[in-house]
Amino acid sequence: MRENLKFYATLFWSTFYISLFTFGGGYVIVPLLRKRFVDRYHWIDEEEMIDLIAIAQASPGPLAVNVAILVGYRLKGVVGSIVTILATILPPFFILSIISTIYSSFIKNTYINGMLKGMQAGVAAVILSVVLDMVKEGKEERNNTFYIVLVAAFLASFLFQINVAFIIIGAAFTGGINEYQKKRKRSGKRL
Amino acid sequence: MIYIKIFWSFFQIGLFSFGGGYASMPLIQNQIVDLHGWLSMKEFADVITVSQMTPGPIAINSATFVGLRVAGVLGAVVATAGCILPSCIIIMILSTLYYRYRGLSMIQGILKGLRPAVIALVLSAGLSLCQASFGLERQDLLRFHSIDYASIVIFTFALIGLRRYKANPIFIMLLSGLVGMLVFS
Repeated sequence: MRENLKFYATLFWSTFYISLFTFGGGYVIVPLLRKRFVDRYHWIDEEEMIDLIAIAQASPGPLAVNVAILVGYRLKGVVGSIVTILATILPPFFILSIISTIYSSFIKNTYINGMLKGMQAGVAAVILSVVLDMVKEGKEERNNTFYIVLVAAFLASFLFQINVAFIIIGAAFTGGINEYQKKRKRSGKRL
Repeated sequence: MIYIKIFWSFFQIGLFSFGGGYASMPLIQNQIVDLHGWLSMKEFADVITVSQMTPGPIAINSATFVGLRVAGVLGAVVATAGCILPSCIIIMILSTLYYRYRGLSMIQGILKGLRPAVIALVLSAGLSLCQASFGLERQDLLRFHSIDYASIVIFTFALIGLRRYKANPIFIMLLSGLVGMLVFS
């Protein structure tokens, strides 16, 4: 029981801390998640993390919330996901409640604006750095399909601004077809 | 009853906002500005501005803001709950399926297709942020808005800190914010 409570507390504060720093869109949680949940606590492994992000992308709702639900659910079932949901929504909840009362002085404050501008550059570096890590990881088992999907998904998203949900569906479909063909080839050889 | 109305409205936002962030903005606008008139267009734009300046997803921030505005703290709680309930249900189903069937070769194949796509999406998000940060959103083919050299320098040092010295990402973000505060204001 004691151990359990301690685990929930760690889970809550880790998630709370990540949520507090999700500036610049949901994707910044990827490096933060990797650092804490994969490298520090070893709660999930790298491949599983990428799979969970894919599932979060395929579902409706904000990425950060979806990932939180997934990680909580994976570690401690429904109770775990309630803990991570609370930890994710409490920081924006409090911050927005406060800011809605001091709104006009907040958005005009030059220090805050300067800080945000600097943070934007820092967040960009943090996000691109995790891309390098993800590309490096698990290089052995990659084939041409991996790189084709990577390039196609990138162009679809960055250049053509296609909705992420369609990109995910397309990639899943490609992976499925690829596997099906491989299977047919294998069973063909057996005959 | 107002709470049920708020809940239902944000439930729909939660259910249909695929693709996150900016993809969900028209949907949120439709529900809270056009259909119910809970916020004016100007106030909605303010919510977006504040969302960009604070941590947290736009949908959750609008839920908090609208809920508070229309029905106090309880309204905010109801709106937020409505917003995340669809994700909870769908995700728990998908997650159960994932852990039960991820050994199957077909699912393995699908996941193999998804992994590079996820990397590509994170890359795309990072580069879009770079564009916005460096002032490189193009006006036309050759002219850029105005290149922001200070941001490029902050970015470069941040990247060196992360790659070479394995600095903590949060530390890098805070430091970049501090430098930004000194440089830009």
